[in-house]
Amino acid sequence: MADQIHSTKLQDKIERSVFAMFLMLAILLSVGGLVEIVPLFFLDDTMEHNKRPEIVWQRQAGQTLADWKAGEGVRPYTALELAGRDVYQREGCYTCHSQMIRPFRDEKERYGHYSLASESMYDHPFQWGSKRTGPDLARVGGKYSDAWHAQHLRAPRSVVPESVMPNYPWLDNNKVDGTRMAKRMRAMKALGVPYTEDDIASASAATGKSEMQAVVAYLQVLGTMVKFEEGVDYRE
Amino acid sequence: MEATQAEQKYNFEVVRWFSIMAVVYLVVGTLVGVLVASQLAWPVLNFDMAELSFGRLRPLHTNAVIFAFGGCVLMATAFYSVQRTCSVRLWSDKMAWFTFWGWNTIIVLAVITLPLGITQGKEYAELEWPIDLLIAVVWLSYAFNFAMTIAQRKTSHIYVSNWFFLGMMVMITYLHVVNSLAIPVELFKSYSVFSGVQDAMVQWWWGHNAVGFYLTAGFLGIMYYFVPKQAGRPVFSYRLSVIHFWALMFGYVWLGAHHLQYTALPDWTGSLGAAVSLAMIIPSWGGAINGMMTLSGAWDKLRTDYILRFLIMSLAFYAMSTFEGPVMSAKTVNALSHYTDWTVGHVHSGALGWVAMVGAGALYHMIEKLWNTRMYSAALVNLHFWMATIGTVVYITAMWVSGIMQGLMWRDYDEFGTLTYTFAESVAAMHPYYAMRAIGGLIFWAGGVVMLYNVVMTVRQAAGQRSSSTAAATA
Repeated sequence: MADQIHSTKLQDKIERSVFAMFLMLAILLSVGGLVEIVPLFFLDDTMEHNKRPEIVWQRQAGQTLADWKAGEGVRPYTALELAGRDVYQREGCYTCHSQMIRPFRDEKERYGHYSLASESMYDHPFQWGSKRTGPDLARVGGKYSDAWHAQHLRAPRSVVPESVMPNYPWLDNNKVDGTRMAKRMRAMKALGVPYTEDDIASASAATGKSEMQAVVAYLQVLGTMVKFEEGVDYRE
Repeated sequence: MEATQAEQKYNFEVVRWFSIMAVVYLVVGTLVGVLVASQLAWPVLNFDMAELSFGRLRPLHTNAVIFAFGGCVLMATAFYSVQRTCSVRLWSDKMAWFTFWGWNTIIVLAVITLPLGITQGKEYAELEWPIDLLIAVVWLSYAFNFAMTIAQRKTSHIYVSNWFFLGMMVMITYLHVVNSLAIPVELFKSYSVFSGVQDAMVQWWWGHNAVGFYLTAGFLGIMYYFVPKQAGRPVFSYRLSVIHFWALMFGYVWLGAHHLQYTALPDWTGSLGAAVSLAMIIPSWGGAINGMMTLSGAWDKLRTDYILRFLIMSLAFYAMSTFEGPVMSAKTVNALSHYTDWTVGHVHSGALGWVAMVGAGALYHMIEKLWNTRMYSAALVNLHFWMATIGTVVYITAMWVSGIMQGLMWRDYDEFGTLTYTFAESVAAMHPYYAMRAIGGLIFWAGGVVMLYNVVMTVRQAAGQRSSSTAAATA
């Protein structure tokens, strides 16, 4: 009975050997991931700035992050903004807020231009999010004042009564450490984020600022880096 | 007599320990779930404390139910069924205990680090890099012990449930290693090696395959052993199992891209994800049919066998979820469903309806065998069954309504051509459904408490039986 093959010879062979089964699985299971992931590192049109270089900040010799102005293109985060981003990640803000605007009419009206892949290229890890318990934040930068943000973070319902967001009063009390941020910027640099030595040295200026100021700085820069031209189709 | 011989031949002690912890983590994990669900309905429950805030506790809930509960179920059932189907003892007792203690250490580390905000910020992979290293070592100890046990089997062929466990073990190893790639900057802080769109694709290759292999393939392995065993009937179709197994193993991997429809992921990747997702209905239903039809000619058993009710109902939810998922993968549907509660509803119909219920059924079956007794109360098994089913249905219904509602509200235009609703108005509209979902979860959790009580009483009853039979023997 055990010698009668009820499917195919190959299947029978695999069922008789855990090593054969392991090998078959190892090969079969790798295909999908390779096809969907690897090309994203090599296909030019994955990143819009390959076709339109003005999307990324063309830093001139001797320029620091402080010389950048909104709309000049995607740049790395300053130490304070990076500290704010680290807090955003620590508090799990991404579990309720997305940062990825889709190319729909209603999203354009509510949030702004759809998000480009180039805009999040320095985000280690990405913050596109998967849920909108709260609104998308991809282009929240410049839409509310610093004071509004601080008040909203301290007590969301004091400015948005319908909100279900937790209060974050501890952000005022915790302080940013510039030396720590310099180390983190160095790690980012190792991952390919184009920080200069001057950028990393300027991290000391963030020391003593509160986490509240850091988060607000981060939120205020979101979506402000690229200047979008009318009538241009950035993603064909 | 037969039970003691089995006891001496097989290592069931480690299975017993994993089984008890699985029930404990079911109660703990779903309790955290009830808390975070309640926080969305009543934000005062964040208590203005960082360690108890929603953003920090949500990953604790997901890790607890997937890896603590799901993990202990997979380890208990894999170690139990591989020994029985191969007719041989676990290859290494020492390694199995290392797996047990290692896995539980990881869980304790999760309970400590996640509320402290120590996180890599990637869904279902939040644990920081030192813990990731420990996970890799413990996971390999589990997989290696399992594979070596099969290598030393007395049977000529490998039984189907073991194919599914093996597929899961290989894929999860790939996924964990690649998605966890990060550069450490401090003992408890690292940054993902990937960024932006590439990180998004790697994350959802992980995220969906965690569901597809950990929660689906692994639990199909459980289904293929425990359904025929509990029903006392052979699996419906061997050939169907061969076809749908390989189709699932090859196909499931491609689905991750459906989490990124209409984002900055290239169009072609999303289309690929959607197409293969739709194709996956066939092999998924192949599994559901194979499991259900195993009951062919014995449907009347469902009238009296409450453990079987868990196993068969789970297959109904499995079939439903594996239809709903592909539908949601289609770009047009996804344009409405993405970012909404519908996704959460879908997750929980799979997690509560399929994973937790097939897991509970398997645990009840194993507990009777492992302690050589019947469950302390069959009525309580039935009560748990109804609480689990009703809790699940209340949960997912709430999320279907709220999810579709918010999706429609976000895209609604009034007669003047402007957006009808502010975002805040859509949040206000969610409240009754957030409350309803918390109640559904509470019912489900309470069913788990009933199970824990029943299991404790069963173990005590078995201890009583053993001592009275020893007393009778020595009398």
